[in-house]
Amino acid sequence: MAVEYPTATQSGDQTRIHNIGYRSYDGPRLGRSYATRSLYSQSLRGAYGLGRSVKSKVLPMLLFVVMCVPAAIMVAVAVATKAKDLPVDYTRYAIIMQAVISLYVASQAPQSVSRDLRFKTVPLYFSRPIETADYVRAKFAALASALFILTAAPLLVLYVGALLAKLDFADQTKGFAQGLVSVALLSLLFAGLGLVIASVTPRRGFGIAAVIAVLTISYGAVSTLQAIADAQSLGDGGGSSGAIAWIGLFSPVTLIDGVQSAFLGASSAFPGGVGPSSGEGALYVLVTLGLIAASYGLLMRRYRKVGL
Amino acid sequence: MYDPTVARLTYRALLGRRRALILGALPMLLIAVSVVVRGLAGADDQTASDLLGGLALATMVPIIGVIAGTGAIGPEIDDGSVVYLLSKPVKRSTIIFTKLIVAIAVTMVFSALPTFIAGFILNGNGQQIAVAYTVAALVASIAYAALFLLLGTVSRHAVVFGLVYALVWEALFGSLVSGARTLSVQQWALAVAQKVAGGEMVTSDVTLPTATVLLALVTVLATWYAGQKLRSLTLAGEE
Repeated sequence: MAVEYPTATQSGDQTRIHNIGYRSYDGPRLGRSYATRSLYSQSLRGAYGLGRSVKSKVLPMLLFVVMCVPAAIMVAVAVATKAKDLPVDYTRYAIIMQAVISLYVASQAPQSVSRDLRFKTVPLYFSRPIETADYVRAKFAALASALFILTAAPLLVLYVGALLAKLDFADQTKGFAQGLVSVALLSLLFAGLGLVIASVTPRRGFGIAAVIAVLTISYGAVSTLQAIADAQSLGDGGGSSGAIAWIGLFSPVTLIDGVQSAFLGASSAFPGGVGPSSGEGALYVLVTLGLIAASYGLLMRRYRKVGL
Repeated sequence: MYDPTVARLTYRALLGRRRALILGALPMLLIAVSVVVRGLAGADDQTASDLLGGLALATMVPIIGVIAGTGAIGPEIDDGSVVYLLSKPVKRSTIIFTKLIVAIAVTMVFSALPTFIAGFILNGNGQQIAVAYTVAALVASIAYAALFLLLGTVSRHAVVFGLVYALVWEALFGSLVSGARTLSVQQWALAVAQKVAGGEMVTSDVTLPTATVLLALVTVLATWYAGQKLRSLTLAGEE
């Protein structure tokens, strides 16, 4: 291949251009949607540590197992005791395990975006055909899917177990479907919040702590306030039961709890067991969807200009 | 044992730029919640005790402790800049001790001080509740800072493991398995608070002598072992 072209016309000049066989790419160009899909699947695999080191597989896999084991135990108990119903509703399961879900979001959201920021790989992504919206959508969808896998797997365990235990098919299917809708909403909401917080800081440790603080402390504050409002309304004859529902709007977990107890037939985990009425429930749905949309918008704004 | 330059650098790493604001948001939330509760429920000793015990001591102190304790050394090890610090003629144990002092100070300022203010807002220090929980937060700050500083030198996922300990072990297992409560910084701190309050408002599952011994033991051992880890630190690449 190495053909030499003499370029110098003057005698005595030894300058040459050597053709050492570089060839231009003439295969198919896979384009923007392919790149977005690749980014999505890479991020989704990365959220469970697949394709990364053994050490980074430990935590997501551990949390996944911790999510599923109680469901398996419940099924085993239900089958052994020939119970008529599962010990826990499908919709209630994610609320009970919210600490594990929060930990998962907190550990994987910074993993997904903070490292790109810290090692300044984001400008490299944007040098490919993908655009800001593609990057944000791929990351958002990947984390939401990872969360959905985490939260829907135990529900599937419960459902299969319930069918094996020959519980009522129609009843269980309805509960399972309601549970799936609820965890899908929860996945979108948590993924959005987690990514927005994590994309602000390039430092992974700080991102983890910030996500946990937002998810856990808001839940702690809200449930404390609700408990106090509940105790007060017992004192004056149910006067401020509306306050419980209003306070519940201020933390992601109680938000999901409110939505599912208003529309998805769940029994509320609020103190006193009184969920929001359907009017307040509509507000819950609006706030939830609004938060998801707002976190998407904030992410778009965050990545409009990155690096450089 | 205390190196002012290392201390200054650590303070800047913890509180520099906008981090002090983010760290300050949690105490602000606690104080805001206390104001709302005072307005909603009036001054009530049981409510004050529940709020300070549930929100301040059980959630806020550990989270601030995790941020300050691991933040004092974790990022430096993470990005490898700790080698410049280690190559200076400063003893490793001095570095750890200085960072511990800074982490304790930050945790105390951002958790014990707001606990005190929140306690006064909630019931004006009735039955010594505000003081008792402030003492508990101060004691817990020391133990948490030492524990999480050690985690920061041991693992790259220190923040996650710290949070797992604080939220899953202390909160979840602590409420289900009574044996887990013996091995929880929160309960040790509560034992000290119980002594201060003297009433039935603040209770702990651990006796005071056990708690003090365990607190001192954990703090000293964690600091010593962190110093040992720093002596033979291997820098790994990003996974």
